[in-house]
Amino acid sequence: MAKVTFIEHNGKEHTVEVADGLTLMEGATKNMVPGIDADCGGACACATCMVFVPEEWLAKLPAKEDMEETMLDFCEHSEANSRLSCQIKVTKELDGIRVTMPESQH
Amino acid sequence: MAGQEKNGIVIIGAGQAGAQAVMSLRAEGYEGPIRLIGEEAEPPYQRPPLSKKFLAGEIGFDRVELKPAEFYEQSGCELILGTRVTRIEREAHLVHTGDGRAIGYDKLLIATGSRVREINVPGFDLPGVHYLRTVGDVREVQTHFHAGAKLVVVGGGYIGLEVAAVAKKNGMDVTVLETADRVMARVVDPIVSHFYQRIHAEEGVKIRTGETVAGFEGKGKVESVVTGEGEKFPCDFVVVGVGILPNVELAQEAGLHVENGIVVDECTQTSDPDICAAGDCTNHPNGVYGRRLRLESVQNAIEQGKTAAACLTGKAKPYSQVPWFWSDQYDLKLQIAGLSTGYTQAVTRGDPDHARSFAVFYLKDGVLVAVDAVNRAPEFMMARQLIAKHAKLDPARLRDETINMKEIEKA
Repeated sequence: MAKVTFIEHNGKEHTVEVADGLTLMEGATKNMVPGIDADCGGACACATCMVFVPEEWLAKLPAKEDMEETMLDFCEHSEANSRLSCQIKVTKELDGIRVTMPESQH
Repeated sequence: MAGQEKNGIVIIGAGQAGAQAVMSLRAEGYEGPIRLIGEEAEPPYQRPPLSKKFLAGEIGFDRVELKPAEFYEQSGCELILGTRVTRIEREAHLVHTGDGRAIGYDKLLIATGSRVREINVPGFDLPGVHYLRTVGDVREVQTHFHAGAKLVVVGGGYIGLEVAAVAKKNGMDVTVLETADRVMARVVDPIVSHFYQRIHAEEGVKIRTGETVAGFEGKGKVESVVTGEGEKFPCDFVVVGVGILPNVELAQEAGLHVENGIVVDECTQTSDPDICAAGDCTNHPNGVYGRRLRLESVQNAIEQGKTAAACLTGKAKPYSQVPWFWSDQYDLKLQIAGLSTGYTQAVTRGDPDHARSFAVFYLKDGVLVAVDAVNRAPEFMMARQLIAKHAKLDPARLRDETINMKEIEKA
């Protein structure tokens, strides 16, 4: 279980508890956090679940696989600290993580 | 009417479009009653994983359901499940259900989706002959899943091939029978069909093209599939995936304009101003292609669900996007952007004859209209943007893998 804070583009914060094994994306969609569309449901096929991760947390995340890396590389609003939240499995180590969402996922 | 309680919004169909509309209605600030009526027993769930990870048993229902049950309670949405709507009475603003209820609406959303196309050949009702559209279907198919079981898949489309890949990975003996002369013939170029035929052959799945099914035989359960040529394929079970049909009958019987889907405008409004329709069941205009489309896709369901929520609350949020689709088979992710219909040239990037990663770009008079990308996210992502702006591209540059996709447009 990890406490995760999702911050909307307008600054509004949502702190939710996410069970181990779920993805960060599921932590948002199952807890009614707006701002993560996840159209493909977590198949790494659509890039509509992007989040921005602060530097101090980036290193604690599992490395990006090729698919995520290239999807992000070609995503219109992505930045160096972008991740696809459907590719991040939640573990205890992520307790307290704060991520920001883009204005739009499209 | 003065004093009468508002009926609010009724949604027929608890699939992805219907569920999305509930979320978007509340996000748009709509505070009135919402009733979501679904024929299946389960609350709204995602369909794409059904033929992929859910079938494989890698994820359970808790991972495919769209929202936990509390969501509907908290959102003030009444979920009416296991209930079929039998009739829409437009003048009285009522929907009638199979269990004899009449439910009033101020605004109605039809999100009835689609159903599997059935094959009515002798033996079609033998136990062991399955389709794959619902969670219930998958649970039945899974009862046959054990290593060594013989599976015959009827239909070499997305569903058939995804099922074949999952079954093979689980140690089954799999044969795919396809009527056309190649798999996925309806949606991709022969280059892509032949690639998938090679991959499935390498994985050990037998694909037989040009085979029609004349019937199913067996005593008490299916034991073999008989082809039009009279050949028999012994099996323990069968999965049929020969396409889907839009559920338009309710709309049609209510007198709405129906023509290859329920006809809606770019805001999802039907020919009745109090009724919208969204998802697989609609025939809608697409600005990117300048023509009407009926799509079988989750993206379309979600995006039209959003557009419908806006429309039902009096706002215009026109829907027009480059369609995209995907299919997972083995380690391969096929991502499709756009519609290749009417293409004049197919340009290949990569080596589909030997590698497990390549892309095919479809050009119509030089303008990019679609891409099929296998394990090629850059090609897929870039094409989505280029298709939207009708980019005219140089085939030689597309073919040249030394040119980064980000630079592909430059002369």
